[in-house]
Amino acid sequence: MLQDKDRIFTNLYGLDDYGLEGARRRGDWDNTKDLIAKGRDWIIDEMKQSGLRGRGGAGFPTGLKWSFMPKESDGRPHYLVVNADESEPGTCKDREIMRHDPHKLVEGCLVAGFAMGANAGYIYVRGEFIFEREQLQRAVDQAYDAGLLGKNAADSGWDFELYIVHGAGAYICGEETALIESLEGKKGMPRLKPPFPANVGLYGAPTTVNNVESIAVAPTILRRGASWFGGLGRPNNTGTKVFSISGHVNNPCNVEEEMGIPLKELIEKHCGGVRGGWDNLLAVIPGGSSVPLLPKSICDTVLMDFDSLKDVQSGLGTAAVIVMDKSTDVIKAIARLSAFYKHESCGQCTPCREGTGWMWRVMERLVTGEAEVEEIEMLLDVTKRVEGHTICALGDAAAWPVQGLIRHFRPVIEERIATRKAGGAAPVAAE
Amino acid sequence: MPKLTVDGVEVEVENGVTVLQACEEANADVPRFCYHERLSIAGNCRMCLVEIEKSPKPVASCAMPAADGMVVHTKTETVKRAREGVMEFLLINHPLDCPICDQGGECDLQDQAMAFGVDNSRFDENKRAVEDKEMGPLVKTIMTRCIHCTRCVRFVQEVAGVPEIGAIGRGEDMEITTYLEKSLTSELSGNVIDLCPVGALTSKPYAFTARPWELRKTETIDVMDAVGSAIRVDARGKEVMRVMPRLNEDVNEEWISDKTRFIWDGLKSQRLDRPYVRENGKLRAASWNEAFEAIAAKAKSTTPEKMAAIAGDLACVEGMSALKDLMVSLGVTNLDCRQDGTKLNAGDRASYLFNSSIAGIEDADALLIIGSNPRTEAPVLNARIRKRWSQGGLPVGIVGEDVDLTYETEHLGAGPQTLKEIADGSHSFARVLEVAERPMIILGQGALTRADGAAVHATALQIAEKSGAISANWNGFNVLHTAAARVGGLDLGFVPGEGGKDIAGILDAAASGDVDFVFLLGADEIDTSKLEKAFVVYQGTHGDAGAHVADVILPAATYTEKSALWVNTEGRVQMGRRAAFPPGDAREDWAILRALSDVIGQTLPYDSLQQLRAALFEAHPHFAAFDTVSSAASVTSGPGGSMDDVPFSNAITDFYFTNPIARASKIMADCAATYGNKEAGATGTNG
Repeated sequence: MLQDKDRIFTNLYGLDDYGLEGARRRGDWDNTKDLIAKGRDWIIDEMKQSGLRGRGGAGFPTGLKWSFMPKESDGRPHYLVVNADESEPGTCKDREIMRHDPHKLVEGCLVAGFAMGANAGYIYVRGEFIFEREQLQRAVDQAYDAGLLGKNAADSGWDFELYIVHGAGAYICGEETALIESLEGKKGMPRLKPPFPANVGLYGAPTTVNNVESIAVAPTILRRGASWFGGLGRPNNTGTKVFSISGHVNNPCNVEEEMGIPLKELIEKHCGGVRGGWDNLLAVIPGGSSVPLLPKSICDTVLMDFDSLKDVQSGLGTAAVIVMDKSTDVIKAIARLSAFYKHESCGQCTPCREGTGWMWRVMERLVTGEAEVEEIEMLLDVTKRVEGHTICALGDAAAWPVQGLIRHFRPVIEERIATRKAGGAAPVAAE
Repeated sequence: MPKLTVDGVEVEVENGVTVLQACEEANADVPRFCYHERLSIAGNCRMCLVEIEKSPKPVASCAMPAADGMVVHTKTETVKRAREGVMEFLLINHPLDCPICDQGGECDLQDQAMAFGVDNSRFDENKRAVEDKEMGPLVKTIMTRCIHCTRCVRFVQEVAGVPEIGAIGRGEDMEITTYLEKSLTSELSGNVIDLCPVGALTSKPYAFTARPWELRKTETIDVMDAVGSAIRVDARGKEVMRVMPRLNEDVNEEWISDKTRFIWDGLKSQRLDRPYVRENGKLRAASWNEAFEAIAAKAKSTTPEKMAAIAGDLACVEGMSALKDLMVSLGVTNLDCRQDGTKLNAGDRASYLFNSSIAGIEDADALLIIGSNPRTEAPVLNARIRKRWSQGGLPVGIVGEDVDLTYETEHLGAGPQTLKEIADGSHSFARVLEVAERPMIILGQGALTRADGAAVHATALQIAEKSGAISANWNGFNVLHTAAARVGGLDLGFVPGEGGKDIAGILDAAASGDVDFVFLLGADEIDTSKLEKAFVVYQGTHGDAGAHVADVILPAATYTEKSALWVNTEGRVQMGRRAAFPPGDAREDWAILRALSDVIGQTLPYDSLQQLRAALFEAHPHFAAFDTVSSAASVTSGPGGSMDDVPFSNAITDFYFTNPIARASKIMADCAATYGNKEAGATGTNG
């Protein structure tokens, strides 16, 4: 279990002042100038050494991502874009950071911006996050007033402007290239890659898009050293992570924990256990709605990090743990997610546009059992034809929950169909 | 030059080429819907997925740059499954209404479903239905069929330059629509019909009239403007059913204007299908002989000085040549092919050609447009300017009416005063032209049909010379014609002979009685009220202005009904071919004139089109060089004189009514009713 001395987000629950004064008390903005004085290469190298993997879901090494930015500008400006479009169902970690610890993010923007040669940064805040945007804006204003942003930011000799942009509430705008499109004032539709944003991003200039949490932890990592961060967690899955646990637990919460903590420990220690006890657990979606769910048998032992969850054909994603106890109609739960992806598909490319609707419709029929047993296999095949064939990862994200359901709960679906055929009523789902 | 392997075949391709193009190079068939060579890459249909070694997922080949050492597979099981999957997704919400769909038989979805799809459907849900959208009188929409490839969206944004089509809604609710369901305001809107890979956007006027396999396809040349677009005329029996574009990289790429495409119903109405002779003030149907006798009688009773001939805008080279030969044999010198009164002179070809060539627009780095609205005068050429402009680095200045050309322009001034300032270097745009390496000047008929047209020509040439627009390897002095016949007429020297009257002189003399015999070869866009006193022979295709004042009407063949030559504004000689036969007694121009010459007693020395062409090529060898343009290193201008200060006004005021065929077309009338005179005065801000 993570010791308090190793906690990065010390005001995650908003018990202390969110503002600059409180942030300084907690160690933020402490000699940021010195961090910057160590130079770009040192920062990027330190980030690489720390083993930090992107906290937005895909888990791409953050230091490596920063190093993709051109070393010298070819005349085009460089941009840092922070993805605060936190829309993944079940995920609410960035929200807490923006509410209660915004200066971690603001300082991180300056450091990261410097490391990639960007004089301007944009924070793209999810449309529904009104208070969070206001809070973040207050933090940015405070930083400007204190000379921590703007010309010669924090007396570092580096000019850095930070802007907050408010989205309109589309899930797809959390995809980095769709986010860039939206920032440019266009319809949020993912771009084709290559070219990658590090070459051609915002307004055609080199751009790096990072998750809020990835940026917010950077200053602390640089201050305490890569070896400290790298010493936490497991190899290739280092550091700490904010987990959002929701669903059928006694005490749903956000909590910062060490990577690789056993799922069971996470739930029992921080959330007061599963409603009705661990044996009442049905399944857990371990990383936000996009990843396949895990049945209790796996949840008993699985560790919460990228590689462990990948080994059990799921993923850490955004580390949003959705717990479902035995009162859950798991088919209906996944059907609801299918409805979500059908609703949020941007409609640009064929497999996702047509496939998400198809999957959802079949899922809805599986909920009531109004289907043939063969359709389960067909549905699985449809998910395979969406997966990996789309421009962005939304197609995969729509396919995986269904795949997880069929992988682990096929007997339940078959039973539902059989019951229906026998004239029985479908079970009433717990909402 | 990356080298890659496609299905075991090694190919070397140019830099910047996509994997899809490399596959084509290697003769590997890759299906696609959204990809189009002339549009930006969308990569959204996912039909072109291929397998590339070392890539974990199938890759959209249309969007992936070819890189050295890539190993591409297009025939593996993975690729086959991916294609089948995408095809299935496209079809689940596509209505199976092929039997009543106009795209049937030339539908990409149909063809590719046969080649790459599976033969059954697993989709048990209800299909999506989408409301049809209004896109104006030309484009019919059946939006349920749409597969969201966004070709139409990209075309109107990138090529047509009117961002009026877009997608609204998300996911499976995404719909393609025009802005607020208004008609498209582009002269190139018909091209979206060709671009649409399915039957979502089809031709409204052509709806339910024919099937592609019933049509006889004839490759020919368009005469609606002076661009000479390559077209294919599709006919069933003797009826022209539709006009389609053909590829000609040098001229129209693969676009045509709406007038070119939708003119075909004008070929069937108001046609002159038998000779007429006026008796007691009324026209009555007559035999060819009666008509010829009436002309011969008049010709014999008058003198050559009192005779004149005018060639119209659509006349072919052979027709004008035969008419000129006949008139010259009668001693007539009052000839003119410049019915709009343009002050261009025959002689130095470079003085009246679009010297840089149309493809040459892509090399220009500064452009001055004088008295022209290329958007209406030559829409396809305007699209080429827009193409060049969108690549950046093309400042465009306009002297004349400030019109919306679909790209950024700077309105420098309204008339000759501005031109003078540019010529003497006091205007800032003079500097723009000077620093440009290949400056271009487009001189429109709006500036040349004025009384001071010759002076404008001289001043424009002066600007061109001063700014270095004319050199050994670049000639940016361009005259933009509006009539398909004009360059051919000037090349032939169908202009006043020694002591002859020009168009204005002929009309005035006819009004005063000094000319009492006027032969109109399809000339309608003139002040026919001045011809009331004279004996008028109208040889043409439609019952238009010229026929109304005629004393004898000789029915002729339209451009789709004869094999004939036209010369476009670049000086490119192109041959049109017969797609259908003329109606009734109508005949080809040269044949009528040959028969008439016999009756008049001045028999023309050719009995066939081949003989006529042989004589023509002998007298004017450049007509024999088809499909080429020559580049002149110098341009001359006649004596200029002084310019007056009246602003230039553009030559075309109603795009949809510029010639007799267009005026007979109901489709063009519908367009004019929809778009009204907005075309003439559209500034982009007039609502």
